[in-house]
Amino acid sequence: MTKPHFKKLFGALVATSIQFGTLGFAFADTTILNVSYDPTRELYKAYDEAFVAHWKAETGETVTIQQSHGGSGAQARAVIDGLDADVVTLALEGDINAIVTKSKKINPDWRKKFENNSAPYTSTIIFLVRKGNPKGIKDWSDLVKDGVQVITPNPKTSGGARWNYLAAWAYANANDGGDEAKNKEFVGKLYANAPVLDTGARGSTVTFAQKGIGDVLIGWENDAYLALNEFGADNFEIVYPPTSILAEPPVAIVDANVDAKGTRKVAEAYLGWLYSKEAQTIIAKNHYRPAKPELVDAADIPKTPEIKLISIDDPLFGGWKKAQPYHFGDGGIFDQIYKPAQ
Amino acid sequence: MADPVIKSYEPHHESRSAAVTESRPVQLLLMAVAFAFLAIFLLLPLIIVFHEALAKGFGAYTESLSNPDTRSAIRLTLLVAAIAVPLNVVFGISAAWAIAKFEFKGKAFLTTLIDLPFSVSPVISGLVYVLLFGAQGLFGEWLRAHGIQILFAVPGIVLATVFVTFPFVARELIPLMQEQGNGDEEAALSLGANGWQTFWYVTLPNVKWGLLYGVLLCNARSMGEFGAVSVVSGHIRGLTNTMPLHVEILYNEYNAVGAFAVASLLAGLALVTLVLKTLLEMRYGAEIAATRGH
Repeated sequence: MTKPHFKKLFGALVATSIQFGTLGFAFADTTILNVSYDPTRELYKAYDEAFVAHWKAETGETVTIQQSHGGSGAQARAVIDGLDADVVTLALEGDINAIVTKSKKINPDWRKKFENNSAPYTSTIIFLVRKGNPKGIKDWSDLVKDGVQVITPNPKTSGGARWNYLAAWAYANANDGGDEAKNKEFVGKLYANAPVLDTGARGSTVTFAQKGIGDVLIGWENDAYLALNEFGADNFEIVYPPTSILAEPPVAIVDANVDAKGTRKVAEAYLGWLYSKEAQTIIAKNHYRPAKPELVDAADIPKTPEIKLISIDDPLFGGWKKAQPYHFGDGGIFDQIYKPAQ
Repeated sequence: MADPVIKSYEPHHESRSAAVTESRPVQLLLMAVAFAFLAIFLLLPLIIVFHEALAKGFGAYTESLSNPDTRSAIRLTLLVAAIAVPLNVVFGISAAWAIAKFEFKGKAFLTTLIDLPFSVSPVISGLVYVLLFGAQGLFGEWLRAHGIQILFAVPGIVLATVFVTFPFVARELIPLMQEQGNGDEEAALSLGANGWQTFWYVTLPNVKWGLLYGVLLCNARSMGEFGAVSVVSGHIRGLTNTMPLHVEILYNEYNAVGAFAVASLLAGLALVTLVLKTLLEMRYGAEIAATRGH
């Protein structure tokens, strides 16, 4: 190889870098970024499409919605660290409160901004078991039996996992007369049956459905139906326990960011339209529970068994501001009961 | 004159070969172990990647690669590599030059520092940039006031990639340049070449193979980096997802074909790198051996 060859190589490298450097990204009229949690990918994919069409029809403007998905806690952390979200649609109130207190980018009274405490949809926690339910799992008490492997994510990193934990806690509390020591023992046994704690709800679903680990998955109602659709009803069955938790995943405008970018109008419309008939129908079809079911045709709401749902605002938990540090903070109840498998 | 040389050589050779020559079965066993190991841990996973990617036919494969989000992930990965690799070439040559050809205080420290990215977990490499450029970070306020977005955008991804890949070029060049010493350069200078001419016509041709190896390795890693990039990416679909991040996202969406299609591109890139390296070695084997010294 002679010197000119080498020069050519060098020249090509430089030329390539210049070419790619000028590519850049094309932006539509307005772009807003929705930072969301893991299981909402399919929901927001459908909703974004509908909203873009709605906004175009209403105002004539073209809006582009960007999506970012991940574990709810990790996503909140990214927004605190400067991820330029216009709106956040997270798994629980505690994660939005973290943005409020740690970065002050969201007004403290964000819950009053939209109806139903800014939760346009609710969900609950149910079980997914293998076809034929070989371990006969019907209720929370079946999860602590010997030889049952439970798949649930880590409540330290996953919003969904915290709902799972609280649902188990609520069951235990109702069945042992409110004795906290017994609650701890029950939930401790449940986590002793968990061979692995994934960092996010979607990771747990993949562990259970795709990797074939465990006898029962505790997870989001919508994620269970999605897994059922993806992997076929001949592989799995959904089990509704008689009691569970009422999960209210909230939405909020990231005030500091929309004011800096001048996107407040479209961001507010984006979240506000979640309460419309069209959006509530999309929500129902994606196996979330619409906040305004009266707007949705009865045929579009999936039939689910009636089960008792306990709210986070129940005196048992006293809301997220109390429950978060008490159960999931450093040295909280979860830290006391969970011992990783040896 | 010839006799004594042979005599002194023979016994040495005999004793050496007796010590290293295992019996035939042992040789076969060792080879079988090596091949089986490679087949199970390297070849099989690679085949599975392509098998999964083509599980639903070639049409589904090309279709998943033409998805806009996938295309943008491919574009971003190429862009990041196209910035990070040239930067590391410049840095690698300067660092290797300084360390191999000059004596200065802090040289040992500089050498150790270059190795840092090898010993630091990529997640930490990413978090370092969050601490520096994040909204709560050291420069966060200043960057925001000046409307500069580094984290969760292309600059942050490039920075994280440069960080994890910067030892590759320097590490290839330093031993090479040290071994070659200053002789050729001194000769060139004494014959009247200026500094630039010395570099371009003497030093660079001497190290070109090492440099090329470094560039290949650097490029492969910068396209494949996951951990550090994941921390600084923000995971915005179609904007800040590189190919490795996009593979994870598609997999978590139960889109196995899409995930493995992108994975097969990355694997294909690795194969191209390997083939390129082998071809160069075959074609210029003697020359490489001469300049690399081994």
